[in-house]
Amino acid sequence: MDLTFSPAETAFRAECRDWLEAHVPRTALPSGDTPEGFALHREWERTLFDARWAVVSWPREYGGREASLWEWLIFEEEYARAGAPQRVTQNGIFLLAPTLFELGTQEQQDRILPKMASGEEAWCQGWSEPNAGSDLAGISSRAIRDDAAGGWRLRGQKTWTTRGAFCDRLFGLFRTDPDAPRHDGLTYLLVDLRADGVTVRPVERLDGDDGFAEVFFDDAFVPDADVLGEVGRGWSVAMATTGSERGLTLRAPGRFMAAADRLIDLARRVAEDADADPQLQDRVTRAWMDAQAYRWQTFWTVTRLVAGERPGAESSLVKLFWSELDVRLHETALALLGPHAELVGGEFAAWMKGYEFSLSGPIYAGTNEIQRNVVAERVLGLPRK
Amino acid sequence: MQFSFSDDQLALRDAVRDLLAKECPPAAVRAAWTSPTGRCAPAWNALTEMGVLGVVVPETAGGLGLDEIDLVLVLEETGRSALPEPIVETAAVVAPMLAARGDERAAELVAGASAAATHALSPHAVWADTASVIVAMGSSQTVVAPREAFVLGAVDSVDGARRLFELEVAGAVPSGAPQHDESEVDLAFDRAALGTAAQLNGLADRMITMTVEYASARKQFGVAIGTFQAVKHHLANARLALEFARPLAYRAASTIANDDADRAVAVSLAKASASDAATLAARVALQCHGAIGYTTEYDLHLFMKRTWALAATWGDAAWHRARIGRAIL
Ligand SMILES: Cc1cc2nc3c(=O)[nH]c(=O)nc-3n(C[C@H](O)[C@H](O)[C@H](O)COP(=O)(O)OP(=O)(O)OC[C@H]3O[C@@H](n4cnc5c(N)ncnc54)[C@H](O)[C@@H]3O)c2cc1C
Repeated sequence: MDLTFSPAETAFRAECRDWLEAHVPRTALPSGDTPEGFALHREWERTLFDARWAVVSWPREYGGREASLWEWLIFEEEYARAGAPQRVTQNGIFLLAPTLFELGTQEQQDRILPKMASGEEAWCQGWSEPNAGSDLAGISSRAIRDDAAGGWRLRGQKTWTTRGAFCDRLFGLFRTDPDAPRHDGLTYLLVDLRADGVTVRPVERLDGDDGFAEVFFDDAFVPDADVLGEVGRGWSVAMATTGSERGLTLRAPGRFMAAADRLIDLARRVAEDADADPQLQDRVTRAWMDAQAYRWQTFWTVTRLVAGERPGAESSLVKLFWSELDVRLHETALALLGPHAELVGGEFAAWMKGYEFSLSGPIYAGTNEIQRNVVAERVLGLPRK
Repeated sequence: MQFSFSDDQLALRDAVRDLLAKECPPAAVRAAWTSPTGRCAPAWNALTEMGVLGVVVPETAGGLGLDEIDLVLVLEETGRSALPEPIVETAAVVAPMLAARGDERAAELVAGASAAATHALSPHAVWADTASVIVAMGSSQTVVAPREAFVLGAVDSVDGARRLFELEVAGAVPSGAPQHDESEVDLAFDRAALGTAAQLNGLADRMITMTVEYASARKQFGVAIGTFQAVKHHLANARLALEFARPLAYRAASTIANDDADRAVAVSLAKASASDAATLAARVALQCHGAIGYTTEYDLHLFMKRTWALAATWGDAAWHRARIGRAIL
């Protein structure tokens, strides 16, 4: 056991920190879930890309630094610590890219990854449909074979598509064989949202931003070159992505450590004006402790990943933990703010907005009820029926 | 960064697990409740023979010369089996303390004698009546003396195997007692809290495993109760708490072994999380067992009661959170 970072890793941390200190926008960007905000975020991501910080763990040929998993975690810690803008390209970079690296063709990787890394093409995730949420295998959007054109024609609807209104492309599951058993008739497709036959309708989220979209397909065309993995094997391709989504690639510990540090700052400020409430202090301490627990559990897991083990159903434990930690952390902040919590403008407004967003954590990426089922059945081995 | 145990460390854990499965099954824990000493001699002797009591004692004092990282998995196993023996007090607290003082009694402990210890936060010395040496860490002085130097006042624990005593020094403080050394006391306390945390994690794991087995076999409404989502979610919650408590104990062991500056906070993180995780596991285990878990004829109570005792001792979760709070707020 050696819980220290190597000199090279420490140097890497210093390099990230220096660059971020010099480049992170001084004033926070507007929300990336608004048209203006999205455009400004895209510019920021371009700045990141030009300095090779957009995709640190990727190969150099695609704009990365070939950073190790440890360095990636360090980068995420520094990124969050610096208060740098949230990544509006995250669904592509953190969810689609790992699957592309694993299962995409060379041609797909060469064509798609550089534009994804630079932010030129932002991707959104098209899993959910009006009648298929938790029961993802129940999707009914069709992809119908068009031999003459060498591809597929899409019909149907996706929903709850994060940033669908601003993104350029969508990765999603479509039913290519309606007669096959539920899980077998699905195919993973990469769709151009600007193509004919695609209509995107923004849907306002709880926090007031157009963070969602409904996407309608009316014979929109997808060429064969944009099938990821084999036709009919979409379910297993998609499961590779959900592993990343629940596990740590989407939500590295740095984000929660930084939030816990901000919470401590807030608690100190509040303690100055009022008699410090010991119960509230205890809740602040708990939030900080949870962030630490998440960090060390991640290090524990990463050691095994680096040794070549594959994450299994344990990623559901990770998802449960970070999503509930995030809610508790924001609830504590609101309690510290008292009557200031409700204000939508001003210096504290980010906490209510953050709280609203935290409440989605137990819903997206597979609801926490579903994750608990997975833990019970696949980690603990309880019977299914 | 290499946050994992070596093959040797895992092998030691496995050997201890096998040994305890044989020498300290639930029947042995149960027997300790009604035995005069509340202890389990066959397990203690076997552990002594393996050298486990001297893991963190230098070789010059008869130990194995290893560190807390080597010890933490062993202690987790002693929790898993609810071993009724003062192993934390002996192997983690008193033996290394005496060894650091150059006190020859460290070698006796490694060879199978046992120790008891108290601290302002844990004023009861467990299994003190059979200890050869007792350490009483007071607020102004630390007394290290043979059992005979103390007057023992028995008090009862919820855990019938834990023989608890209040200590009073008989007559004058034995001569030759060194000055009170705060850093020595702090280190001893942190080792005790770490050892207890590791045991609590072992207990939690044991109770979860027992309950998964039970819920897979017990049928109601024609199906195993483990198929019901309410039961599944209780158990998933317990497993979740344990998943995030355990690495904290391992990391705390490393901070002690390396004398890191953040040792106190790391130990408190470990003890608070382990106390909470094991208490939750006990609660879930009982609920999912139903009334059978509420009987003393069934083994679960042996593990629950050890959990409640250990969760409260060497600083409960609230105390450790407060210690962290003072460091960060
Ligand atoms: C902020 C946010 C962003 C999102 N972004 C995207 C995106 O980019 N792309 C995308 O495809 N989707 C996205 N989603 C959708 C998300 O994946 C779904 O909301 C989620 O899978 C749940 O589906 P549902 O909303 O239809 O709820 P339902 O599946 O209808 O569930 C409703 C309730 O029933 C419970 N339930 C359902 N089945 C079971 C069961 N078997 N056992 C126990 N309880 C059950 C659920 O846990 C939940 O509490 C997003 C959602 C949110 C909130």
